[in-house]
Amino acid sequence: MNTKDALINYCLRLADNSMIAGQRLAEWNSCGPYLEEDIALSNMALDFFGQAETMYEYASQLINNQKTADDLAFRRSEREYFNCLLAEQPNGDFAFTMMKQFLFSTYLKYMYETLSSSNDETLKGFAERSLKEVKYHFRHSCEWIIRFGNGTDESQKRAQFALDELWRFTDDLFCMNATDEELISTGITVSSDSIAAKWNLTVKEIMQAAHLTIPEKFNVITGGYSGIHSEHLGHLLCEMQYLQRAYPDAKW
Amino acid sequence: MVKDNFTDSHTEMASDSTMVNKVWELLNTIPDPDIPVISIVELGIVRKVEIVSQKVIVTITPSYSGCPAMNIFTDDIRHVLAANGFENIEIKTVLSPAWTTDWIKEDAREKMRQHGIAPPENDPDGEFIFAKQKHVTCPRCGHADSRLVSQFGSTPCKALWYCNNCNQPFEYFKCH
Repeated sequence: MNTKDALINYCLRLADNSMIAGQRLAEWNSCGPYLEEDIALSNMALDFFGQAETMYEYASQLINNQKTADDLAFRRSEREYFNCLLAEQPNGDFAFTMMKQFLFSTYLKYMYETLSSSNDETLKGFAERSLKEVKYHFRHSCEWIIRFGNGTDESQKRAQFALDELWRFTDDLFCMNATDEELISTGITVSSDSIAAKWNLTVKEIMQAAHLTIPEKFNVITGGYSGIHSEHLGHLLCEMQYLQRAYPDAKW
Repeated sequence: MVKDNFTDSHTEMASDSTMVNKVWELLNTIPDPDIPVISIVELGIVRKVEIVSQKVIVTITPSYSGCPAMNIFTDDIRHVLAANGFENIEIKTVLSPAWTTDWIKEDAREKMRQHGIAPPENDPDGEFIFAKQKHVTCPRCGHADSRLVSQFGSTPCKALWYCNNCNQPFEYFKCH
């Protein structure tokens, strides 16, 4: 794979991760447990859509504007999406969403920290700004996880269930393929091993504080970054892309 | 407005720097759509103004990724400059270094406070989970006895706080 193709794939991965996570959070719109939390979930969705837009625009530039940012977001099928499996998982209850958000934002925090020293100026700027945003997401989800774990039997049970269910999708966050190999060799990104090490430490620390038990790994599933997804992504895209598919080029 | 003696390079330079100053002045009249008491210049998103071959180039750095105000900023810049005779305009976006609340000017912080929004206080408040919660000074009564209601507020840049002294909610411009 040449560097340019790898860079395009990588931009799509970053954009798709944010886009799909944002779409899931936006599903909470007007369904949040109380007003301030509803606003918080929508705010985080908005951060994600903004991040996705920046990366779709960059990918669009890299392919000489043959496709617009909107084409990339709304006219690709599931196998062309490079987001991680964790982001596309359904929301479940509020504890489930927060556990997903915790595992994901911890990953994003360390990934953006690393990407902030990329030798690609656009990726570097994107990562610096996005890092400031996901630090808030990280802190918000940490506080909920600790509260759930130390709350009632019911909240503890639901948080533990979420962790048990989602754990098998976490290896996928750190998977590397030909895209990563090419970009690591050119100094645009670095190996995800260091990110995984920091992620593991933080997850362990927060789960201890929350008195939740990290489960044994079983049924580990990977493939998101190579376009191999769980059945949920197709359904999500049906809803998200409906308008642009039914009324191509519709504008506000 | 532009003098016609472009053969004289000194005059051209002087004229360019006058134009640059004029553009800064005009940009300083454009309000932040969410906090209309401060301008986009005071907010710190305008990074550079230059004139290159009679074209005005304004460089901005976006605040938050998903901030809907960003599109309004660029529309307003075009509109205000065009209305004042600057037809040839380019708006450049630069992402790095990322925008920070440190770029908000000091007098703008006071304007924010007058408007009922607590200005950002230097504190890495997105960083530490177990750190002791800081207190933000209430913009209305000036007491520091306050509590955080939510890290997320009516716009991406603001958090919701509550003053324990005057028993009123207020907004805090997050440190970013």
